[in-house]
Amino acid sequence: MTTASRNPLGPGTEVPGREERYRDAFQRTLRDELNRDENVYIIGEDVAGGPGREDQGIIDSWGGPFAATKGLIQDFGARRIVDTPISEAGFLGAAIGSALTGLRPVVDLMYFDFIGVAFDQIVSNASKSRYMFGGQTKIPLTMFARSGGGTGHAAQHSSNFYSILAHLPGIKVVVPSDPYSVRGLLAAAIRDDDPVMVCNHKKLINLTGFVPDEEYTIELGKGRLTRVGTDVTLVGMSWTTEVCNNAADRLKEEGISAEVVDLLSLSPLDEEIFLNSVAKTNKVVIVDEDSPRASMASEVAAVIAEKAFDSLDAPIKRVTGPHTPVPYSRDLENLFLPDEEDVIATTKKLLGA
Amino acid sequence: MAVPKEKLSWMYETMYRIRRFEERLLEETAKGNAMGVAHTSDGEEAGPTGICAHLTDTDWISSTHRGHGHCIAKGLDTKGMMAEIFGRATGLCKGKGGSMHIADFSKGMLGANAIVGAGIPLAVGAAFTAKYKQTGGVAVAFFGDGATNQGVFHESVNLASVFKLPVIFACENNHYAQSTSVEYAVPVKDIADRATSYAIPGVVVDGMDALAVYEAAGEAIARARAGEGPTLLEMKTYRYHGHFHADIPHTYRHQEEEDIWRAKDPIPHFEKTVGEQGLMEDAEFKAIRDAIETEIEEAVQFAIDSPMPDPSELYTDVYVNYSNPLQGLR
Ligand SMILES: Cc1ncc(C[n+]2csc(CCOP(=O)(O)OP(=O)(O)O)c2C)c(N)n1
Ligand SMILES: [Mg+2]
Repeated sequence: MTTASRNPLGPGTEVPGREERYRDAFQRTLRDELNRDENVYIIGEDVAGGPGREDQGIIDSWGGPFAATKGLIQDFGARRIVDTPISEAGFLGAAIGSALTGLRPVVDLMYFDFIGVAFDQIVSNASKSRYMFGGQTKIPLTMFARSGGGTGHAAQHSSNFYSILAHLPGIKVVVPSDPYSVRGLLAAAIRDDDPVMVCNHKKLINLTGFVPDEEYTIELGKGRLTRVGTDVTLVGMSWTTEVCNNAADRLKEEGISAEVVDLLSLSPLDEEIFLNSVAKTNKVVIVDEDSPRASMASEVAAVIAEKAFDSLDAPIKRVTGPHTPVPYSRDLENLFLPDEEDVIATTKKLLGA
Repeated sequence: MAVPKEKLSWMYETMYRIRRFEERLLEETAKGNAMGVAHTSDGEEAGPTGICAHLTDTDWISSTHRGHGHCIAKGLDTKGMMAEIFGRATGLCKGKGGSMHIADFSKGMLGANAIVGAGIPLAVGAAFTAKYKQTGGVAVAFFGDGATNQGVFHESVNLASVFKLPVIFACENNHYAQSTSVEYAVPVKDIADRATSYAIPGVVVDGMDALAVYEAAGEAIARARAGEGPTLLEMKTYRYHGHFHADIPHTYRHQEEEDIWRAKDPIPHFEKTVGEQGLMEDAEFKAIRDAIETEIEEAVQFAIDSPMPDPSELYTDVYVNYSNPLQGLR
C-alpha cells in the first residue's frame, strides 16, 4: 500500500498494488500488450541485442538502452522483437507502412534526439496519411524514446522538444511522470489507432512508485491532479511533475497550498483540468524542462490567457530551461534544468510570500 | 611506400598516445572523475593514425561518438581533451560538449558527433569548401560500420562522387554497432563494396596495421588532392572495450574473438615491423612511451586541477548574435 501523498490515484483511493520501478512497469506493459494482440511487435536498434547469433547461444544482450526491452525476445521471439540496422528513417517509415497495412508497431527510437533522423516520416507520413487519404486508413503506431537532461549525455542526447511533435496535427504525445502513468499511458497508446509518441524521461526510468495490480489504461488527453491545493496551481509534465510535487510538499511546510496538475498528455491536451484549477487558485506556474520559445509551457500559458484571463490574480509564470542546448558539464547541466528551488522561488515571488 | 623516419616515430607516438589516453580515461570514469559517457577506441588506433599522418591543419576531419582517437591523430591537445571530458572550463569546448563533442577548428577538427552518421556530410561540406576555394585541402569523414546503414551515408557518398569532391570516407569497421554485429546489419561482404553504387574506389585495408592504412590512405588522399574525387576506405578493426565504459561486450561477442583481435594489436605489430626493418630502435620506442605516460598523467592532473565553467557560460555561444537571449524563465 502506498501513502496518501504518493498515491497516483489521488488522495483517498486505496487499491491493491505494488511498488515497481518505472522501467519495470513499462516492460510489464509491453509484455501484456504483446500477449494481448498478435499484431503488436517491437522494432528498433538493439531492442534485443546481439541479433543473428542465436546459434552461438546469444539471444538477448542489450534489451535496449536502460534495458527497456530486455528479456522480451526470449518470450516473443525475433519475429516480434525486431533488431534493426542503424536506419531510423527507414525503420520508422517501414513501421508506418506496416501500420497502414494491419500491424501495430511499437518503435524504439532510443534517445529522443534521434527523432531528428526520422522526422520526415513523422511529419509527412505518420501525421498526414489518414487526412490526405480522406480517412481511408489508420496508423496504429506507437513510438517511444528516452528524453531529457540530467545524465551527462550532452547536447545531442538530452533534448525534450516534445512541443515540436505536439504541434503536428495527426500525432499524439504523452509524457508519463511515474510508474503508474507509464503503464496506463503506454497501454492506451498501443491500443490507440493513431500515432502516439511516448516520452520517457531518463530521470524517471529508475524511480519506483505505486502501480495497481488491476489492468488499466489512462485515457489519452486526460491530465490528473497529483496534489490538491488552493493557493497556486503548478503545472508539470514528465519529470517536471516530480519537480512540482516535491516543490508543493515543501511549500506546504511553509503554509502555501499548491495544487499540482500533471498534464500526462500534451496532445490531446486536457485544457479543462488546468483551467478548473486556475479558476480555483487564481495563480499559475508552468514548469517545463524544454526551452521556452514556442514550448508546451507557452501553449498552456496561451490557453489560460485566452480562456481563464478573468480568474487570474497575477501574471502567468513559466519556469523552463533556457533558450540553449543542454550543456555537458554537470554544474551547467544542473543550472539548465528547472528544479524545486526554481519552482519554490518563482511561486513565492508570485504570491508575494 | 617508403615512410619518412619522422612519420614513423609520429605514428608510434600517436598510437601510444591514443591507447594511454583511452585506458586512463576508463580508469578516471570508473572513479567518477570524468563525467558522462565514454566511448573508447583502444584497439582501433592504427586507422586514424595512418590516415592523419597525411594531413595538415588545413585539412579537415569529422568524427563520431568514438572520437578520441581521431582527435589525437589530428593533433588535438590531450590536456584540452581530458579537461573537456572532465567538464572543465579549460576543455577544448569549455566543458560544454564533453567526450562525444570534442572539436578544435584550429586543428582542422570539425567535431565529434553523437548522432550516428551525422558527421559524414560535414566532411563532404568541408571538401566542398576546399574545392570552392581551391585550397588543395582534403576532408576525411570517420564513421563506423553501423553508420553505413544510415541514409545520410549514402546521400553523402553519392553527392561527393557527383561533385568529385576531395573527401575520404574512412569507415572503421570494428564489427559491431553497439551489440549488433556487422554480419547481421550489413548484407554486403565488405563495406567497401558499397562504393560500387557510387562509382568510386572502395578499398579494404587491415585496420590493425598503421603502415598498411598509411599506404592505402596515401593513395586515396593523393587522388583527392589531384581532383579525382572521393574514396571509400574500409579499415577492419576491433574495439577492445564495450560500446561505452559500462557496457559488457561478452553479452554479445565471445572472448575467443576478442583474443584473436588483441593478438593483432597495432602497437606491438608496428614495433615488430618497423624494428625488424631496422628503422627504429627499442630505445626509441621506450623513450616515446615514457614521454606519453608523463603527458597523459599531466593531462589527467590538468583536468582535475581545472575549474568548472562559470555559470554564465550556460548562456553563451548559442548564437553569434541574438537580440533576446531568454535565459530561462524562472
Ligand atoms: C542516429 C543515432 N541512432 C542511434 C544512436 C545510438 N548509437 C550510438 S553509437 C551506435 C552504434 C554505432 O556503431 P558504429 O557506427 O559501427 O560505430 P562504433 O560505435 O562501432 O564505433 C548507436 C546505435 C545514435 N547515437 N544516433
Ligand atoms: Mg562499429
